[in-house]
Amino acid sequence: MKTAARKIIDVFTNRAAYDRFFKSLRYALYVIVHPFDGFWDLTHEKRGSLAAANFILILSLLTSVFRLEFTTFQFIKVNLERANFLIEMLGILLPFIIFVVTNWALTTLFDGKGTLKDVWIASAYAMTPYPLIVIPNTIFSNFLAEEEDTFNYFFHDFSIVWSALLFISAVMMVHAYSIGKTMLCILFTILGMAVVIFLLLLFFSLISDAGAFFYSLYKEVIFRLY
Amino acid sequence: MKKLAILLSLVFVLTAVSPFAFAQADTGYSYNYDFWGEVTPCPDPYAVKATLTHIELGLDTKLSKAQGLFVKDNLIYICDTGNNRIVVVEFADEEYKVVDIIDSFEGSDINTFNSPNDIFVTDDHYFIADTENNRILKLTKDLKLVLEFLKPDDINFDKSITFLPSKLIVDGADRVFCLVKRVNKGIVKYENNGRFNGFVGATPVTYNLFDYIWKTWIATDAQADAMADFVPTEYDNIAVDSEGFMFVTTTNFDDGSLGDGGVNPIRRLNSLGKDILIQNGDWYVIGDVDWANLGVYTGASKMVDITALDNGTYFALDRTRGRIFGYDDQGNILCCFGGNGNKDGYFRMPTAIEHMGQDLLVLDSQDAQLTVFTPTYYGKKIFAAIYEYQQGRYDESAEEWKEVLMLNGNNELAYKGIGRALLRQNKYEEAMNYFKIKYSDKNYGDAFQLYRKQWVEDHIVTIFIVIVLVLVVPLLIGRIKRVRWEVKAFENGSKKNN
Repeated sequence: MKTAARKIIDVFTNRAAYDRFFKSLRYALYVIVHPFDGFWDLTHEKRGSLAAANFILILSLLTSVFRLEFTTFQFIKVNLERANFLIEMLGILLPFIIFVVTNWALTTLFDGKGTLKDVWIASAYAMTPYPLIVIPNTIFSNFLAEEEDTFNYFFHDFSIVWSALLFISAVMMVHAYSIGKTMLCILFTILGMAVVIFLLLLFFSLISDAGAFFYSLYKEVIFRLY
Repeated sequence: MKKLAILLSLVFVLTAVSPFAFAQADTGYSYNYDFWGEVTPCPDPYAVKATLTHIELGLDTKLSKAQGLFVKDNLIYICDTGNNRIVVVEFADEEYKVVDIIDSFEGSDINTFNSPNDIFVTDDHYFIADTENNRILKLTKDLKLVLEFLKPDDINFDKSITFLPSKLIVDGADRVFCLVKRVNKGIVKYENNGRFNGFVGATPVTYNLFDYIWKTWIATDAQADAMADFVPTEYDNIAVDSEGFMFVTTTNFDDGSLGDGGVNPIRRLNSLGKDILIQNGDWYVIGDVDWANLGVYTGASKMVDITALDNGTYFALDRTRGRIFGYDDQGNILCCFGGNGNKDGYFRMPTAIEHMGQDLLVLDSQDAQLTVFTPTYYGKKIFAAIYEYQQGRYDESAEEWKEVLMLNGNNELAYKGIGRALLRQNKYEEAMNYFKIKYSDKNYGDAFQLYRKQWVEDHIVTIFIVIVLVLVVPLLIGRIKRVRWEVKAFENGSKKNN
């Protein structure tokens, strides 16, 4: 059984692994223009890979930071003294993870065909337009003046809408749903995400309260002992 | 050890004679807000020139609850409200001297004042808001009554309220614009014959959707009656600027709506009562942008008075923290200074602000004193830069801004002013740098468009060559490859034939 690190090293050293990775990565370009056909084959024909999916996901996270840092200040003003890029990245990563887990949890109950891995891979592939459009858009923004901001906003929003449509078709194809059932599924996934976030907040709030209790107990004991 | 002592004494001597030692003269806590709304300290734009109490002025009784202040040329009129008199102070030869005390006049049954709250002086007349006597008086300069403006006998004016005129201004045609306590319909306007001529410039009514729905559909009639009415708010003070527009301030608003421009505590009204205040700064004209609700002084700035200088800048007086906020004619914040306290230049209950030339006069009712501020070198340079810009001498203005920048490297207007001058000299790239430092996107965009145009024109040959290379070279390569392939195929074919 190979470890994850071993697999990553394989991509650079093993020619076959390298080819498999790039073939599955290149397949993302096919998926974004042929969503129904593409997402079906992605999981059912094993055309995609977890490595490529994670690559796209990490690229998307980096893109969001790249956009904040390198878009001309005329369009996006970031107070670099106060900005935290890890938190910025978590702003995409956490909703992604919660979406995937919630979607999987729901579809397992409502005879979806996809496994957790399938949903993860398909969702990550659905994010492809974001880095693909936003990286050139960010570079291009530096050749634009303040009046021409529409170009920048249009392409950014366009990539988001494209990704959103891909997410819908990904859910549809991975679980082999009809369009109506997909819409219902997406709606319930969003509601489910709200529930998960609520539970997480509750959990962390309780944990920190409990932690504070034990800490004050410890302090009290120490105070008595000395 | 001895060496250390020598070194230390050398350091002390050097610091004492270095130019930095002069910076110690700044004792205030002047500051400004940067693009991110963070407080950045700045040199004092104003310094205290004099503090005048009844002792300095040579009055027998202390000023009491003084509310109103007016400056006409070199004469200062202080409404000594609690003592029912008006003190006239003359500024001559760098000295402030009382030249007159007005406490009675001829031509009326009640020929004294009762709590006069404000005074306005024109070339020929005094206009006095004689508050507790429920009237506004128009007196000649030799104190003879010309006209009384009384409670309007009009259907629009609520009969039930006592007529308490508090603040007033007079326009060029002797028409009186007056604020009356507990009247929220706007500014009361009188014709020059004393006839009431309606209200001007009521504040727009603000309420949120939730309150509206709650009050209209959900609450019972009894509950709705108990809730606050959606009515305009009362103005607190009024001033007139050099162009004849009215500046008004209000302190009755919801602090939460300040940040998004939902309420305008400072308004500049035209003759129709429309707000024409220009707010082009990074922040709305609201005084403090950021405030903590900790300690003694809580809440947003509450402007009790305002004065507009001849160069279009205006200074508002904040009751909450005793601060003075300066703005230029575009609504950019110039500086914030002053505060609550007992030092010179600090206040306990500031009630009125006026200007004499570029000096600012602030009346404090609790300290019973008048504080006179005069611009420092830094303040004068800012005014000079603004003046030059208004005269259309942009390069001279930039030179003044450069001086300002030497004193304060954070001054946003200085960067923008220099940038604009560079832009006019076609130095686009340098201008862009200045604009970028202070996140001035509109100006940067203008400079960038010109820079880009120039760059393309300068490099048109290179661009053409690159395009040709990109288009033609692959074609040529394809052609060569094809020819080679054909040659090879021919050779192979001829080999086969052999």
